[in-house]
Amino acid sequence: MISNKIEGRRDLALRLSGITKRFGTLSANDNVDLSLHKGEVVALLGENGAGKTTLMNILFGHYLADQGEIEVFGKSIPKGDPRAALDSGIGMVHQHFALVEEMNVLENIVLGTENLLAIKSQKNTARERIRDLSSSVGLDVNPDAIVGSLSVGEKQRVEILKALYRGARILILDEPTAVLTPFEAEKLFATLKVLVSEGLSAIFISHKLNEAMEISDRVVVLRKGRVVGEKITRDSNPEELTSLMVGAEIETPEISAPVLGEVALDLENISTNIPEMRINLRNVSLSLNCGEITGLAGVSGNGQAALASLISGTTQVKEGTMRIFGEIPERWSPKVAVSKSIARIPEDRLHTGMIGDMSVVENIISEKYWTDRFSRFGFLTRQASEDFSHEVIKNYDVKCPSIETPVRLLSGGNIQKLILGRVLDESPLIILANQPTRGLDVGAVAYVHGQLLKARDRGAAILLISDDLEEILQISDRISVISNGRLSKITRRGELGVKELGALMTRHVPSSERLNDAT
Amino acid sequence: MEALEILLSASFWIATIRIASPLIFATMGELLCERAGVLNLGIEGIMTAGAFAGWYTVYAGGDLWLGVAVAALTGMMFGLIHGFLTVPLGLSQHVTGIGTTLLATSITYFIYRVLLPQETSPPKIDPFAPLPIPFLSEIPLIGQALFAQTPLTYLAFILVGTIAWILNRTPAGTAIRAVGENPAAVESQGISVTLVRMSAVAVGSALMAVGGAFLTMSAFNSFFFEMINGRGWVCIALVVFGSWKPGKALLGAILFAAFDAYQVRLQSVVGNVVPYQVFLMMPYVLSILALIVMSRRAGYPKALMIPYLKGER
Repeated sequence: MISNKIEGRRDLALRLSGITKRFGTLSANDNVDLSLHKGEVVALLGENGAGKTTLMNILFGHYLADQGEIEVFGKSIPKGDPRAALDSGIGMVHQHFALVEEMNVLENIVLGTENLLAIKSQKNTARERIRDLSSSVGLDVNPDAIVGSLSVGEKQRVEILKALYRGARILILDEPTAVLTPFEAEKLFATLKVLVSEGLSAIFISHKLNEAMEISDRVVVLRKGRVVGEKITRDSNPEELTSLMVGAEIETPEISAPVLGEVALDLENISTNIPEMRINLRNVSLSLNCGEITGLAGVSGNGQAALASLISGTTQVKEGTMRIFGEIPERWSPKVAVSKSIARIPEDRLHTGMIGDMSVVENIISEKYWTDRFSRFGFLTRQASEDFSHEVIKNYDVKCPSIETPVRLLSGGNIQKLILGRVLDESPLIILANQPTRGLDVGAVAYVHGQLLKARDRGAAILLISDDLEEILQISDRISVISNGRLSKITRRGELGVKELGALMTRHVPSSERLNDAT
Repeated sequence: MEALEILLSASFWIATIRIASPLIFATMGELLCERAGVLNLGIEGIMTAGAFAGWYTVYAGGDLWLGVAVAALTGMMFGLIHGFLTVPLGLSQHVTGIGTTLLATSITYFIYRVLLPQETSPPKIDPFAPLPIPFLSEIPLIGQALFAQTPLTYLAFILVGTIAWILNRTPAGTAIRAVGENPAAVESQGISVTLVRMSAVAVGSALMAVGGAFLTMSAFNSFFFEMINGRGWVCIALVVFGSWKPGKALLGAILFAAFDAYQVRLQSVVGNVVPYQVFLMMPYVLSILALIVMSRRAGYPKALMIPYLKGER
């Protein structure tokens, strides 16, 4: 049955051709082609940041593509217009639901389907239609319930109903199971199968292999914004798809053997309790030695943020012990962390790394302006900060018009070099490098890696957090995987390959724990 | 004892409703803007412009209702300026709103001086006359207050019901509430967030201007500088007081007006022992107290003051 659909190229529902989208210098999508046939489920597979969501947002008109064509049922649709996408029969179930929590289910579904100048909403008619629709496809929701009071599973059903109510014939589901319990996920799959058997086509976005294998007829793999593979699901296997997702076996460059020094940072059975984070650390033990790079791999959102926050001093330990060169710090704050020679290369360079509207020189001293070096009797010593800025700019090859330029005007790579210079020029003993090369081009990546290796050879203890597995494999001396707030066993360089690490990253989490995380 | 007798006089209740009327118009206008997610601090200036535009139309020979229409259009124009800067351009709503107030007020005073350079005391017009409703206006105590007012006051009360109906019963109202809560949801349903917000701000500003026009065309009969005198700011507070609901906001407006009407009358009773400034202060102090009590759990629109720029990452 499936092969007929694939081979009979007649019933094309959707075709994207040559889609390119750039955010600044980052290519989120690079010349992507994608097709979908009637009654077919295509899984769009890829790691975080591979460009899946961007592609679908372009299809749905939320983003305007820089280049490319969108054709739905043979007709080209205007770009950047959600209304046109809806009218052509595309329905989207967003990963972060596009629902108004304060309104009821009915209002959410009907929104945008009625004439805005009508004197009265036809709520009773709509209620009947929703009831009919939900019972016919098995999506059970009370139309009068306030959306905010529903469970995530129910909210997702509302999102699907919204699309069906408008007569969608192509359904795009963006990471639909990310928020669901396994039981709810099974129900979703059952519903999808019913809908597809009735002629609906679907694109299923995921980074979970087992789901893609279960639900799809065909898999398209995205990596770094490009389509890197397209496979008929039943002719493929998880191993093949994994290596497509994370890249072919990566060559690990020869790096000199580490010369281990004393233990710099020691975490013992640490748990955190940061309310605003979905995943906290749970009983994490990790010790970093001087002269070594420890790579922490993992799908982002698995507790990396909590760990980074702890080490940089913005979070307190809830349970467990943290020692820095054998001492337990009495107070723990970002200022204490800086004074303990902890260098921070933050994940989001313009958000928590630099202050975009302030000048290069102000940013360069922003972590240490209060030290004797940069201020005297509460006044900044201008000369010292200017000298230091020029030194950083020269040593770290930062391209900027002047030290008075606001940082936001620099390119991502140059901002990252400034951050590196700011912290590395002081020869710190502990370096927290959180996604140090995210969004950088190849040259800048190599530069950052070179600097980190140099710091290691000088005797610094480095924790490299990255969701780019390639990066972890290239420069780490030892590797651990973080998943759901826990660390895996630490392995030496070269012990595990991409596949094994990939499996650790996306391993199935027992259902009881997933339920806990959802709350 | 005399202080309590004030509450039993018909004139107190008549004054209360009259003082409340401009507040009702402007509060409904502000409420509409804020439900769509746009704070409109241009209110004070827009009321000033409306007060002048309506009054001058009549002074120049226009019909009273034409004056109301001109006031509404003037308000709408300033609303579109505020809306354009804050919605598609996404500028700070606070700063833009204060700018709009300064702009509208100054332009109004300027035009007044250009059009009427010679006048030392402001010229008068024939304002809206009371329109007593037979039988109902005979009811003791409140009959005169509710049913012997000018047509604009009746319109203010009808407006509250209309706004409530629009917000809760019409597709447009659903869209307005939705852009105030989660604009992304509205866009994903194919409605333009910009269109909805701009329309709400334009209509809301028109209502504010009519509120201003009430002062020159119904409560008084001429225009003078500083006549809005902070009423716009009071309306901002009334929207919060009413938890962004038209009915509760109406109650708030009446309550504030009652304090105001009461203090004037109280002055003549105990004015010889208490300085009159204390009485002038009373409605504001009481509003602050009421706000503290009422707005603790106020459910403000989630997207209020947050610009929505399409395709932003």
